[in-house]
Amino acid sequence: MPKLTVDGIEVEVPPGTSVLQACEAAGAEVPRFCYHDRLSVAGNCRMCLVEMEKAPKPIASCAFPASEGMVIHTKSEVARKAQKGTMEFLLINHPLDCPICDQGGECDLQDQAMAYGWHSSRYTENKRAVTDKYMGPLIKTIMTRCIHCTRCVRFATEIAGVSEMGMLNRGENAEITTYLENALASELSANVIDLCPVGALTSKPYAFVSRPWELKKVESIDVMDAVGSNIRIDARGQEVLRVLPRLHEDINEEWISDKTRYACDGLKRQRLDRPYVRRDGKLQPASWAEAFAAIATRLNGLKGSEIAAIAGDAVDAESMYALKRLMTALGSPNIDCRQDGARLGGGPRAGWLFNTTIAGIEDADALLLIGTNPRWEAALVNARIRKRWLRGRFPIGLVGQPVDLTYDYDHLGAGAQSLSEIADGSHRFAEVLKAAKKPMLVIGSGALARADGAAVLAAARAIAEGFGMIQPDSVDEDGETVAGWNGFNVLHSAASRVAGLDMGFLPGEGGADVAGILAGARSGAIKLVYLLAADEIDTEALGDAFVVYQGHHGDKGAHRADVVLPGAAYTEKDGLYVNTEGRVQMGFAATFPLGEAREDWKIVRALSDAVGHTLPFDDLVALRQALMAEYDTFAAIDTIEPAPWGAFGAAGALEEAPFGSPIENFYMTDPISRASKTMAECTEVFSLRRQPVATGTHG
Amino acid sequence: MSSKPIADDRDQPATFSWTAESETRIGVILAKYPPDRQASAVLPLLDLAQRQHDNWIPLAAIDAIAARLGMARIRVLEVATFYTMFNLAPVGKWFLQACTTTPCWLRGSDQVMRCIKDKLGIGNHERTADGQFSLLEVECLGACVNAPILQVNDDFYEDMDYETTATLLASLKRGEQPAMGSMTGRQTSQSIAGPTSLTSLKDSDGVPPWYAGRTAAAGGGDD
Repeated sequence: MPKLTVDGIEVEVPPGTSVLQACEAAGAEVPRFCYHDRLSVAGNCRMCLVEMEKAPKPIASCAFPASEGMVIHTKSEVARKAQKGTMEFLLINHPLDCPICDQGGECDLQDQAMAYGWHSSRYTENKRAVTDKYMGPLIKTIMTRCIHCTRCVRFATEIAGVSEMGMLNRGENAEITTYLENALASELSANVIDLCPVGALTSKPYAFVSRPWELKKVESIDVMDAVGSNIRIDARGQEVLRVLPRLHEDINEEWISDKTRYACDGLKRQRLDRPYVRRDGKLQPASWAEAFAAIATRLNGLKGSEIAAIAGDAVDAESMYALKRLMTALGSPNIDCRQDGARLGGGPRAGWLFNTTIAGIEDADALLLIGTNPRWEAALVNARIRKRWLRGRFPIGLVGQPVDLTYDYDHLGAGAQSLSEIADGSHRFAEVLKAAKKPMLVIGSGALARADGAAVLAAARAIAEGFGMIQPDSVDEDGETVAGWNGFNVLHSAASRVAGLDMGFLPGEGGADVAGILAGARSGAIKLVYLLAADEIDTEALGDAFVVYQGHHGDKGAHRADVVLPGAAYTEKDGLYVNTEGRVQMGFAATFPLGEAREDWKIVRALSDAVGHTLPFDDLVALRQALMAEYDTFAAIDTIEPAPWGAFGAAGALEEAPFGSPIENFYMTDPISRASKTMAECTEVFSLRRQPVATGTHG
Repeated sequence: MSSKPIADDRDQPATFSWTAESETRIGVILAKYPPDRQASAVLPLLDLAQRQHDNWIPLAAIDAIAARLGMARIRVLEVATFYTMFNLAPVGKWFLQACTTTPCWLRGSDQVMRCIKDKLGIGNHERTADGQFSLLEVECLGACVNAPILQVNDDFYEDMDYETTATLLASLKRGEQPAMGSMTGRQTSQSIAGPTSLTSLKDSDGVPPWYAGRTAAAGGGDD
């Protein structure tokens, strides 16, 4: 543990720490552009120069290892002069176009020029100019502003795992570009915008929209996938203008996927802003009272078994709980939250959680992926797997469709056959799992959303138990408790799924699941179906049933509906979400629901009044108290309690059909992203591989 | 200096394959590096590709090299654009590289450039319409003592001036390549005025003083 002195303060740092990190530990601020905690060290911006005693010249602190007895000065004359000089050089070729630059107000260069720069420029020659590069529909480039820190290049190569960015030419001709100016094909590509310390890479959809100080910033939770990325929603008035990542070391670190970031423009299109009732075959605008009356009339005389409810993929826990209580009050056992038909739920909680936790992936030493494409189903889980894989000695096997995952893996087979072989030890990957100390498996809905899903789940459980993936807490020789290991993981892709499973939003005694509800609706056995923002089912199959759709977008569900109740999108309501790890997180409203729309739990509560089964909560606090009292896992906000292990799944014959993939197009998976113009452009460029054709009206 | 041009789609061949000769060379080159350090061979392979392919590297060759060495193609392109000696667009049969760095400039590189402009009508990064000549203005070629230098493909022509450049270009046009080296006829890099020191190996009595002193100190013997 080297001890060194920084600005007169003595600090002790772990070996391998850089001088810059040691300075931070001592509370000294060192300016930097190219250095970033999560990227490799480049040492090329020279902004972090500090003075080291007995050194002939200032040192680049980011690339200099801290060692015993160093005496560092970060604010001495030498250090300040070096930093000022570097800043002057950086500004020589940086345009002074801050007034028209989108980075203005949140620009590292701007801030550090204020703190470490000269008051004016001594440079009177011509500045260099660089042609702008095409990097896809998300990243706008103004390459003249680039200071060649190469953060974007390192991010693309290291974190995103697509080696498509680089620096061409050299010296004053150096230019950052993607290979032949292709779009940067990664689900995490837009993070380079956050990383760019200047305005060279900015957000294309957000170009010239707003200044940071005009925005109301609300810290919330993302619902585009089941990762539960921590986000900051920036809104101006009633409009959500952008979504940015928020630091959460255990979930998304400081990245978010492009869908999380850019689907928000879908919040402005195709919205349901008032109730509708179908009259004469057409949805006609109606008042709330009329809509409730229509439902109450239809409900009148229906038996509980003739009513059903399906919860959508992005709804908050509160509204699901309220709806469950209402359905129970109406006597209906036909409720389900598994739109994809995954055979999960019931039994111990560990049976549907990502038990290892996302951060826990870094402790694993072997990984088996079953019927999942984490790159699309949970881009940040994939980034974490890649992070672990980069450290080495991390064999990965995949059973399912072969896909590009940004890391090497062993393709073990297409379907359940390979799973059985691994379980009985005859497959070559069985040896790998046997040799591992902390092996893990990840099973996705590609393997679970099928007729034999319960049997596949049981087979996965057998593998988990057979290969030492389930290790209870133990006590070592010194009497210290050694934390256990649970390597069994279900990867969900729907933000609401775990909350639904946790609260048992599942068919009751004799109740029908989603497939059963659709069949019942077709046959006439089920006469009223309540869709709580459920759009991912085959709405054509609902037959003659009376469909109530509660949600925020005019998507498939609303088109089929007989009564539409306008709800709130995730940016418009406070709500609890449980991510795939079982981590309960609280989202907050950034804007108000649109028009006459209301927060979803309020709609269910009001409807319960209208149909004569008033629910016993009048505000969100009372609802949450009831929810937490009934299901105590909801009370632990942002903490992970290891879930107890037990038996789940069901023995049965495995089908030979290969495991499918639940996501066909990463950029459009839910009503919000389907309504988003930006996501449509991404679909064109990345999923359909069509190059955009520039027309006269472009740019 | 300006950014290195990359040939546009019209000039890019659809495919690139190594000749049998190159394959043999590649085997020799790759054997020099450990299995997980094959990327180190990127420079020799780029050079090989350029020599095989009319003195320029098409993007198809970049792909071929990237695949061969297990590198991302952008990494290969980075290297290819970094070094000035790699051409990424077609060059003439006679690839002229004129040095205009200070010593060459002081000794009259402007005249060389002017002559090329006069005789061939091309400037920096340009190629004659018949594809015979192209010109690249380069930084120091490392032969300052014989400045100014004009490099033709792999050969240095030294002590150039307007006339000698004109003569050289004329013979190249005829398809003849004169002997490389100094155009004024001086031997290697000796002084223009002829030798001024070490004009003879020994002084008048046959033994140089430094040699005589050495034999005395070592106590005889002449090894």
